[in-house]
Amino acid sequence: MNHWLTAPILIPLLGGVLQIFMSYAPMQLRRTLALGTTVMMLVAAVVLLGLADDGAYRMYAFGNWQPPFGIVLVLDRLAALMLMVTAVLALFCHIYSICKTDTQGPHFHTLFLFQLAGLNIAFLTGDLFNLFVAFEILLIASYGLLLHGGGTTRTVPGLHYVVLNLIGSALFLISVGMIYSVTGTLNMSDLAVQVPKISSEELPLVKAGGMLLLVVFGLKAAILPLCFWLPRAYASATAPVAALFAVMTKVGIYAILRVYTLIFGDDAGELANLGMDWIFPFALITLTVGVIGLLGSRTLKTLIAWQVIISVGTLLAAIGLNTSAGTSAALFYLINTTWVVGGLFLVVDLVSNQRGSASDKIVTAPRMRNRGLLGTLFFLGATANAGLPPLSGFFAKLLILQAVTPGIEMAFLWSIILIGGFFTLIAYSHAGSIVFWRNNEGHIESDSKLTLPVTASATALIGLSIVIVALAGPISRYTDATAAQLHNPAGYIEILQMPVITEGE
Amino acid sequence: MELVFALIIGTLTSTGVYLLLRARTFPVVVGLTLLSYGVNLFLFSTGRLSTDGQPIIGGAEAYSDPLPQALVLTAIVIGFAMTAFLVALALRSLADTRVDHVDGTRRQATPPEQTDAGENNQ
Repeated sequence: MNHWLTAPILIPLLGGVLQIFMSYAPMQLRRTLALGTTVMMLVAAVVLLGLADDGAYRMYAFGNWQPPFGIVLVLDRLAALMLMVTAVLALFCHIYSICKTDTQGPHFHTLFLFQLAGLNIAFLTGDLFNLFVAFEILLIASYGLLLHGGGTTRTVPGLHYVVLNLIGSALFLISVGMIYSVTGTLNMSDLAVQVPKISSEELPLVKAGGMLLLVVFGLKAAILPLCFWLPRAYASATAPVAALFAVMTKVGIYAILRVYTLIFGDDAGELANLGMDWIFPFALITLTVGVIGLLGSRTLKTLIAWQVIISVGTLLAAIGLNTSAGTSAALFYLINTTWVVGGLFLVVDLVSNQRGSASDKIVTAPRMRNRGLLGTLFFLGATANAGLPPLSGFFAKLLILQAVTPGIEMAFLWSIILIGGFFTLIAYSHAGSIVFWRNNEGHIESDSKLTLPVTASATALIGLSIVIVALAGPISRYTDATAAQLHNPAGYIEILQMPVITEGE
Repeated sequence: MELVFALIIGTLTSTGVYLLLRARTFPVVVGLTLLSYGVNLFLFSTGRLSTDGQPIIGGAEAYSDPLPQALVLTAIVIGFAMTAFLVALALRSLADTRVDHVDGTRRQATPPEQTDAGENNQ
């Protein structure tokens, strides 16, 4: 039992509840408290990262019920890493939002903090049904955030997003029911024990449940046939929300990684590596479609939204290799892509605010103010995303390319990632050169000046790409250890034997 | 009992899916509600169907699995909240776009009777 595990959930939850009751408090006070909450969450994430780094599993049993009977939170390296990635991204998005976004509608801070609470529950939980609840918490907060600020442009993509996710929730419940009806448990560690013991006549039910679960996570992660909702929804959201949503697809990827290495991992008997041979081809097709979408984008926001889909494809292709090296490379890429794509959403918003009626459309317009700074930020972000040296995207893609063993997989992975990277570069340089270099006569009547918080947070998120390069050694050591831990689920199963607090303590 | 139960779940789910594919906001809301009814019944049945069973050990001879009941309860609460939100959003979409199609646009080639229905809703 370790009570620290509840901190990343309780801090944003309590902070969010506090915000509800402060509707009429001065804006400055609300902002200070909301930002303080996010900072505290970052501190908690750092503490947990330090705890998890020794490679041991830590468990928190709600109501002191010995697992598998109660709901447990489990902290391991992967969970701590995801908490950290989310907390850093959230802090900068939150700083960005306090300038304008949070005044566009009521309860922005509440929704933002509830969204963080939902994300953190999803990363920490050790229970499949609790994962469903976490998804619902982060989804209902994300519905509010997506529609925040209103406007007709957001209603229709918002409606699509809500309906699709409700269908996803229904499928999640069906698959959870199928798995529960055979195994009689939903605790992930207990499931890992029970799944290899399933008799052959009950096997198809669990297999169907497991594959259905992959569809649900695929919808969250936006894998190819289930990804068309994403560009419109993300492109229409306000910038800090879209930047925070960069981590939402990663929740689906986290869930795939967790469930399909632990429950349906190598030791799962007849169901070993269920779905893994589906992930790799679908990931590569997703990557290809993402690049095509990127090339066809007419606005900068859509461009970045398609970049999210490319990231998902690249990540899942590395995970689909189902090797320790592949997983490690995927995690390294995940850190890089989440922060840089988040940062690019913010930069693009800054650009569109400077361009008056041209906003974020990729067309020629009169010369914008602060062209040098914004152009540099966009260039750095594009370089990191396209995977060019010396930024982190290059190292991440290099690790992925190295992770594959020679063979047919290597041929597909290398060609698609490298050719995809080339076309990504073309799309970015096309967009960048039109927006930043080709100016026509006239001047822009908008007088929105860059303020320090927005510039600083956008710069910081893009700049993290350089930090990742500087710290590439420690980070890749950590991701290697995480991947080794993930591919050895025996340690996770020992949670069942972990003692809860007895009366004497 | 099993056959009737299975048929009910199947009917609810297939009706729900059919209504979802109608792509107009009101049928979609009703379809999602029916789908969630079907899912809740399905979830309930994962603890095996039995009569006269209490979910508490020791109270009666036969007892039923309490966990699916707890899961269904959670699913109902969440589903109810989501449906309420969706209804509000659908009304907002109707007010914003003046059309009840989920894409927010009126198709050029819609048959006349459907166009009438769309206008009546406004």
